[in-house]
Amino acid sequence: MLTEIGHFSLILAFPVALFTGVFSLWGAQTGRLAWTSCAKSGALALFFTVGFAYLCLTLAFVNNDFSVRYVAWHSNSLLPLVYRIAGVWGGHEGSLLLWLLMLCGWTLAARIFSRSLPDALRARILGVLCLIAAGFLLFILLTSNPFLRLFPGAAEGRDLNPMLQDPGLVVHPPLLYMGYVGFSVAYAFAIAALLAGRLDAAWARWSRPWTLAAWIFLTLGIACGSWWAYYELGWGGWWFWDPVENASFMPWLIGVALLHSLAATEKRGCFKNWTAFLAILAFSLSLLGTFLVRSGVLTSVHAFASDPARGVFILIFLAVVLGLSLLLFVWRAPSVGLGGRFALFSRESFLLANNVLLAAAGGTVLLGTLYPLIVDAWNAGKISVGPPYFEAVFVPMMWPLLFLLGVIPFVRWKETLWKNTASDLRLPFVAALAAAAALPFCYGAWNFPSALGFFFAVWIFIGAKYQFLRQASAARGKESLLRSCFRQPLSFWGMHLAHVGVAVFVAGVAVVSVFSEEKDVRMAAGDTVEISGYTFRFLGMREMPGVNYSAWQGEMELSRQGRFLRRLFPEKRFYYSSAMPMTEAAIDSGFFRDVYVSLGEPLDRARPDGEWVARVYYKPLVNWIWGGCFLMALGGILAMLDRRYRRSRFSSSLRRESGSC
Amino acid sequence: MKKRHQRLFVILGALAVLGVIAALVLSALNSNLSFFHAPSEVAAGKAPKGRLFRVGGLVKVGSFAREPDGVTSRFILTDASAELTVRYKGVLPDLFSEGKGAVAQGKLAEDGVFTAQEVLAKHDENYMPPEAAAALQKSHAEGVRELRAGEAAAVSAP
Repeated sequence: MLTEIGHFSLILAFPVALFTGVFSLWGAQTGRLAWTSCAKSGALALFFTVGFAYLCLTLAFVNNDFSVRYVAWHSNSLLPLVYRIAGVWGGHEGSLLLWLLMLCGWTLAARIFSRSLPDALRARILGVLCLIAAGFLLFILLTSNPFLRLFPGAAEGRDLNPMLQDPGLVVHPPLLYMGYVGFSVAYAFAIAALLAGRLDAAWARWSRPWTLAAWIFLTLGIACGSWWAYYELGWGGWWFWDPVENASFMPWLIGVALLHSLAATEKRGCFKNWTAFLAILAFSLSLLGTFLVRSGVLTSVHAFASDPARGVFILIFLAVVLGLSLLLFVWRAPSVGLGGRFALFSRESFLLANNVLLAAAGGTVLLGTLYPLIVDAWNAGKISVGPPYFEAVFVPMMWPLLFLLGVIPFVRWKETLWKNTASDLRLPFVAALAAAAALPFCYGAWNFPSALGFFFAVWIFIGAKYQFLRQASAARGKESLLRSCFRQPLSFWGMHLAHVGVAVFVAGVAVVSVFSEEKDVRMAAGDTVEISGYTFRFLGMREMPGVNYSAWQGEMELSRQGRFLRRLFPEKRFYYSSAMPMTEAAIDSGFFRDVYVSLGEPLDRARPDGEWVARVYYKPLVNWIWGGCFLMALGGILAMLDRRYRRSRFSSSLRRESGSC
Repeated sequence: MKKRHQRLFVILGALAVLGVIAALVLSALNSNLSFFHAPSEVAAGKAPKGRLFRVGGLVKVGSFAREPDGVTSRFILTDASAELTVRYKGVLPDLFSEGKGAVAQGKLAEDGVFTAQEVLAKHDENYMPPEAAAALQKSHAEGVRELRAGEAAAVSAP
């Protein structure tokens, strides 16, 4: 019964979204105030109808209602409660419903925090968001409805894919989707501004915290997914250049470009068109990502069994969204002014270079991801583009970007003398060179890739610190330096913290990709294997029952130079309902290194208490990768909390600016 | 430097950067593509020698064996019309098993054994790597055609 009510609620949401979208956009265009005012109540109604539908589906999961097909396929009565709640997004239909719920959530947030905006602008933003929601509602209702019943109902569910029965499932998809969908607000604002023909500093200032919020979620979502893959898949890798990973990485790259271009638009009024274009691009890439993941066209760890009709629908939706927005862009863009002039050696030009590099890097990832699809569509054979392509192309493109990252904070808006900048950069440059020469020896031998990594990490880190302290001491007057530091605006703190995050990330990547070690060995009880000074002693296997699985658990003793460190318990689980085996790696995690062991398979399948194939890893600085991402996100949060985005001040400055127009 | 010269300088710089990027991208794409071949195509000699490619199909039941080191394994991939022996050193994915679909990436050795660097298996019950599914479908269709042709020949013979 509840399922049917949820289903009706979802059906009801479609006309709500469609009419709100059409009326508020039409009303804003023709100046009918009564029509535009429906945007506010429409956004609210949309959130509640979709939210209620989502709640009903969750209850069906919690109550083990296996007469609902989606529940029967993705749950089981033995499944722990937390995975039954998270299991809602464990399959295709439910994850689209989550996508939609988040879109409605963002729409509601945009409605709440946009009180200070002019009515027409607000109606346009909400209208665009409602139309996107209408498109997705249609998609869910027509091709992937989670509320369909099974007749007769199943006695027991098929269970959630064991790979998904992990805390990662609870955190990773919601964060990632929040990021994906969050770009829709920046997109809606760009479209609204284009429709109104007003791309100005106020638009950029309003977009910035929203773009930052989406970007923060996306950063955390990607980092979390990478960590999940690292410990769950048992391959010891943290990034596989898998098409689905790329699908989330492209909007991230474009999001970074957008953030920096928005800064230039807000401060100096330049690159308005480019900024609007990036906002359109970021959201389109999010849609493309959804298409790649949901259509199952690519071989990937994320691929689901799929139905071609879905892929076609998303592709059409993507074409409509991208086509209409680009048409609007081409129509409106020429009338937008160029903004403030700037010299060749100025922060604006460097930010432009940063944007070009990021966009080009995004383009190479896009090419590598879509090329197999294009070749297949032309019937020219089935190919795949592997990690070597991305490593050969993407990584060198990051070098100039990382170099610029160390330079830009020292360069002023409008114009700077390059001699001044060069003398400012002397300290970070010398420090970076010293680091590149010395630090690789900490890990044994000097080699070029790791030296390059250390160079950029220290270059960015010292540059950020130095510039921060210099700015603080220049502004301090009579107070202490420490106090002056804390009086710096939060966005300034945020910028430097995010840049330090990049430095930490780069150091982690360089060290882990050059100095990691791995070994595949056969082990019987009592055998030892040594890797980078760490010794694993295999003590034997034992059987361990779990909630909805039984496991063979290995016991390993980890020691270093004869000193006992700890015991590790890698597992091989067999889930009752699906009879699928799953590897649970055991990791000894540390600030400077991880050591990692995962079980392969027993040499003789009939004797799982005997010899096993195991894989051991030594991963130096691997945690710095996710730590760096976390610092980037933290920097983003600080920047978002900056005083100038808070409402009272913002609305007065907006009024001033619109008054001056 | 005049404004016009500055602009020219910027445009030339941007073009040079784009050119370098395009060259990098194309050369990298060219040298890192790996084509997919079904076992029957490999048997027909269509697969490249000394270059990375992918092969996929079903793991033949009863073909899986380990070498004495315990880490290296051998198995046969088949698309129903031809077979290919694959050798792989390392830990196989959890869902790898006989009678199920798998895709291997690697090179063809001198002795005709495919030396895999990476093996992918299906991820859940419903899912098979699309390439393996396509290979099976194709050889199935060919098999049906041959059968029909055989039947037709048998019918028309007397």
